[in-house]
Amino acid sequence: MHDAALMKGMLLRMYRIRFFEERLKQFYDYRGFFAPTTAEGEARSADDLLTCVSYEFASDGMIGGAVHLSIGQEAVPVGVCSTLRDTDWVASTHRGHGHAIAKGADLKRTLAELMGRETGHSRGCGGSMHIFAPEIGLLGGNGIVGAGMPIALGPAFAAKYRGEDGVSVAFFGDGAANQGTFNESLNLAAIWKLPVLFVCENNLWANATPYGIAFHTHDIADRASGYGIPGMAVDGQDVLAMYDAAKTAVDRARAGDGPTLIEAKTYRFEGHCGASSGHQDPETCAEWMKRDPIRLLEERVLADGVMSLQDVQDVQDGVKREVDDAEEYAKASPLPDPVCLDALAG
Amino acid sequence: MRELTYAAAVSEGLREEMERDERVFLIGEDIGSVREADDLFAEFRKRGVWQTPISESGFTGLAVGAAAAGLRPVVEIMYCDFVTVAMDQICNQAAKLHLMSGGTVKVPMVIRTPAGCGTREGGHHSQSLEAWFVHTPGLKVVMPSTPADVKGLMKSSIRDDGPVVFIQHRLLHPVTGPVPDGEHLVPLGSADVKREGTDITVVAVSYAVLKALQAAEALEGEVSVEVVDPRTLVPLDLDTILASVGKTGRLLVVHEAPERGGIGSEIVRQVAEQGFDLLQAPPRVLGSRNIPMPYSPVLEDACIPQAGDIVRVVREMVA
Repeated sequence: MHDAALMKGMLLRMYRIRFFEERLKQFYDYRGFFAPTTAEGEARSADDLLTCVSYEFASDGMIGGAVHLSIGQEAVPVGVCSTLRDTDWVASTHRGHGHAIAKGADLKRTLAELMGRETGHSRGCGGSMHIFAPEIGLLGGNGIVGAGMPIALGPAFAAKYRGEDGVSVAFFGDGAANQGTFNESLNLAAIWKLPVLFVCENNLWANATPYGIAFHTHDIADRASGYGIPGMAVDGQDVLAMYDAAKTAVDRARAGDGPTLIEAKTYRFEGHCGASSGHQDPETCAEWMKRDPIRLLEERVLADGVMSLQDVQDVQDGVKREVDDAEEYAKASPLPDPVCLDALAG
Repeated sequence: MRELTYAAAVSEGLREEMERDERVFLIGEDIGSVREADDLFAEFRKRGVWQTPISESGFTGLAVGAAAAGLRPVVEIMYCDFVTVAMDQICNQAAKLHLMSGGTVKVPMVIRTPAGCGTREGGHHSQSLEAWFVHTPGLKVVMPSTPADVKGLMKSSIRDDGPVVFIQHRLLHPVTGPVPDGEHLVPLGSADVKREGTDITVVAVSYAVLKALQAAEALEGEVSVEVVDPRTLVPLDLDTILASVGKTGRLLVVHEAPERGGIGSEIVRQVAEQGFDLLQAPPRVLGSRNIPMPYSPVLEDACIPQAGDIVRVVREMVA
């Protein structure tokens, strides 16, 4: 039912996301960002202060700030983006590396962005939460929960306006489903039949707030009926199920039949932010890890005879080399010169 | 005097006010399990701590209505940048209910939010937005820089009968300082001279106070810098600022928010109108560049005023 090339391609992309984010853990350091120092050490005199730098980390490639990992959720962006064209658009979230990579972002330029380098997708101006690549339809991550949904209406509107069959995807989390923008966006898309996929990654945690205390209902997908649009609750660990659901929604959108709400039931294996364990109950987490989306697809391709163990190993090795190359590239890339801001200031 | 971190001091102020007044409650995102380590949340969980879904507009509006109905909410907005989502409830509702009701409705609430750069989080997690609230009649705006001030001002803000926007620079949270034992209140509208000097007045806001003090210390023996912390921007204690400018004849205002339309412009306006003759040199403002905050640390550092920038500008002004 799913062709071999599609399955291989999706496995490759899931490895890219997973290995990329696993590698990030080595660079993440929230601590080293505060003490202003000179090249020689602590600033003491007035003249020291004039030559102060507070970014000593930059030279060794450490990443600071907020880095939100999507390990465990890879099937969602990969399943969905495998149904899209380069010219379709994606509005992403704060947990957006997976969306970016699944949509075709370059690992080198993505890691360079996280390391604050001039060669990053957003030229070092965006960081982990703001990876933009309009050439592949990536409308950026977002630091404001729920803000991407209305933005995703825009490219869908533009496609309809121009009489084209492009579609647009809004990825958002369960947390964002409780923002007012959810209501406004779904209603606008419904009344104007905009070609949008609202893909809710329900990983059961909004930062440190569990689903159970933030919702009174079991399925976010049920809300679709309130807008008169289709809603689907899908196994978000199963990339093939995600692909099928997205394909149905994309076909519907391209045919002019309007938006779909897809709720992907998934789980965040890591903490909310950074390389720390989360607030999740370890036993629940272990249960979900038994349904690691990558392992599920590996089992499937082996069982179906689509790939051999050696094939799988070769793909893994290839992606590890891609991540090695990305690391080398990012670390060797120059930091931006603040002069670049002159053209961006307003 | 005992030493507390800024974060512990504000928690102590909240705890004391919750013990003192049953009407006081906390509401906001992740103020439950994420901070289980903080006794405050465990202690008051049953009555006074409400962990919300991600719905800033909804729970801020709830707080406006609860305040109007006689409670005293302390709303927490996780990042100052996220106030944008609740802006209607803050600026159109909380700020205006008192006037629009002809004074019959009071909105005693605190909107508490961490702000500022330095943690390298990019354009949606770095802003200092106090100017928006200074520009909105009906709101008070508080930006303490020390543990003692944050405690004393939180308590006064909770007791105030109107809406108060209470902004804490996130880099201040781990900073320690002396905090008086027992009841400690700092009134709204009272500036504090953090360091005395005779050559130039540096009015610094929030985390910029620490940078101004660092610059002042580094310049000791070369330039005598007086550092004034307004502590509350609305109401603004202009008298203390004018008294300092009367002594030094020079005024530099430093803040991390963008220079254009910032509190620095407002302070310079008020000093120019009411103390023009005190000035021996043109007053200046040192704020961040007028640009959304970029992520890369080299860019972020170049955008916001650093202690070194204060040294440079002070030297230019006294030259």
